[in-house]
Amino acid sequence: MEMAYLIETVIKIVVVLLIFSALAGIGTYFERKVLAFMQRRLGPVNVGPFGLLQVAADGIKLFTKEDIVPTNVVGAVFKIAPVITAATAFMAAAAIPFLPSFTLFGYEVHPIVADINIGILYILGIMGVGLYGPLLGGMASANKFSLISAARGAAVFISYEVITGLSILAPIMMVGSLSLIDFNEYQAGGFSDWIVWSQPVAFILFWIAAFAETGRTPFHLIANDHEIIDGFGTEYSGMRWGLFFIGEYANMFFISFVISLIFLGGYGDGSLLGALGLLGKVAFFFFFFLWTRAAWPDVRPDQLMWLCWKVLMPIAVLNILITAIVMM
Amino acid sequence: MHNEHIDKHFNDRNVTEMSSDYYLVGIEDYPSDNWGRFKRILKRSFRGELFVGLWVVLREMIRFDIHTVRYPEEKMPIGPRYRAIHQMKRLWESDTERCIGCGLCEKICISNCIRIDTKLDENSRKEVSEYSINLGRCIFCGYCAEVCPELAITHGGEYENASDQREHFTMYQDMLTPLDKMRAGTQVEFEGFGSITPHEDERVKKTPLAY
Repeated sequence: MEMAYLIETVIKIVVVLLIFSALAGIGTYFERKVLAFMQRRLGPVNVGPFGLLQVAADGIKLFTKEDIVPTNVVGAVFKIAPVITAATAFMAAAAIPFLPSFTLFGYEVHPIVADINIGILYILGIMGVGLYGPLLGGMASANKFSLISAARGAAVFISYEVITGLSILAPIMMVGSLSLIDFNEYQAGGFSDWIVWSQPVAFILFWIAAFAETGRTPFHLIANDHEIIDGFGTEYSGMRWGLFFIGEYANMFFISFVISLIFLGGYGDGSLLGALGLLGKVAFFFFFFLWTRAAWPDVRPDQLMWLCWKVLMPIAVLNILITAIVMM
Repeated sequence: MHNEHIDKHFNDRNVTEMSSDYYLVGIEDYPSDNWGRFKRILKRSFRGELFVGLWVVLREMIRFDIHTVRYPEEKMPIGPRYRAIHQMKRLWESDTERCIGCGLCEKICISNCIRIDTKLDENSRKEVSEYSINLGRCIFCGYCAEVCPELAITHGGEYENASDQREHFTMYQDMLTPLDKMRAGTQVEFEGFGSITPHEDERVKKTPLAY
């Protein structure tokens, strides 16, 4: 029994790793296409039908590119930083139920690597550790732009950890558990049971914070291409840079899963329709990440801090207070 | 010396009667007190401009009005006055070369990229023996086409002249209109610098002889 559990877990880990590594690549394809269509361009069209093989071409380029470790960098830290980003992104996925449990060849499969009772805490903690990727990479790079990016990364991540934690506290108080499966069961009654109806403020706050946590466009100042030349990624090349990339896109997918599971009912009652519904919600949130990138400008770092500490945090605290009073 | 009249004239140089629908955009003053700043924040937060932006890009995506020109397969049309690689024209009447070897183009070329050499042929007529243009130096200013008294050298529309050498010469024979093109009657007259303007015939006056 122990052996079977071990084998099952290893298989799940490998499947999650492979699927989300591939999804990161396909995510870049969709990002380029969606951005292009929104800007009246065509996007990648030349490699394969509709440019679909562009992902493969980019992969070949990343894998075969020379792995440059510049002079004056702190070698060991420089090399470990992208691994931290990718590894923490995938470690966070361990507590996420990707689909409802289903039966495969007479064997019941739970598509969650580890249903731990502190699921959300674990996910938020590991995503917080993900800060060390940009921070160490930027500080070790011996490049001033990378250093600016590392400083911004530390400030943004730590500030928005506060928003994520506080905004999610109110739903946690309502559900009384930290496991994402319990969250799903709480909302299994259907559309009207979704936490987003009782906690709309927490939903908006968490959504805003998700943009900061993943470093996407309104809050893209950690790796701002036009301002600090991709920030912590400036000195990286080849697959080391690719690991940063995979980590960023995997994070986008995982945070989309977390928002859908916490606020939008997850996979509902566990039927096929519910599973497809979860994937649809995740697809919408991923699309929204791309959509805002086409539509919205970046904010300045001081505006981001202002928004975090003077607007969002008081609202989050008020939200917790009101929830507590109502629950009493 | 400060001249107010000239200043006004200069500042209004784009404002004509044709464009009288110009109007000044109403720009509010920045709020100076905290209550004003707070009202500005509320206004900016709830005016929904972020959603206007989202709608605009989504509308363009749904409309799918793609403006990409897939360059090597598709090309934008270029104007008839475009100044690309030079062409040497032939006479319509006799298919002989228009160039009379006067050397004006070599003289006027400001980047010294035209080299012309002439000799007398067996009929004692002046003949162009060597003619080359160094496209690595040519700045495509069009002076050569403008100065040519015979409309012999003109600019063409061929702009794909990337080369793996900096100095890419064009020889006389390459620029000359091929004879089969001449016989098919498809030599295109250049409309740019130095060409005959429309209604040129009506403007020609009798040469005054009684000086």
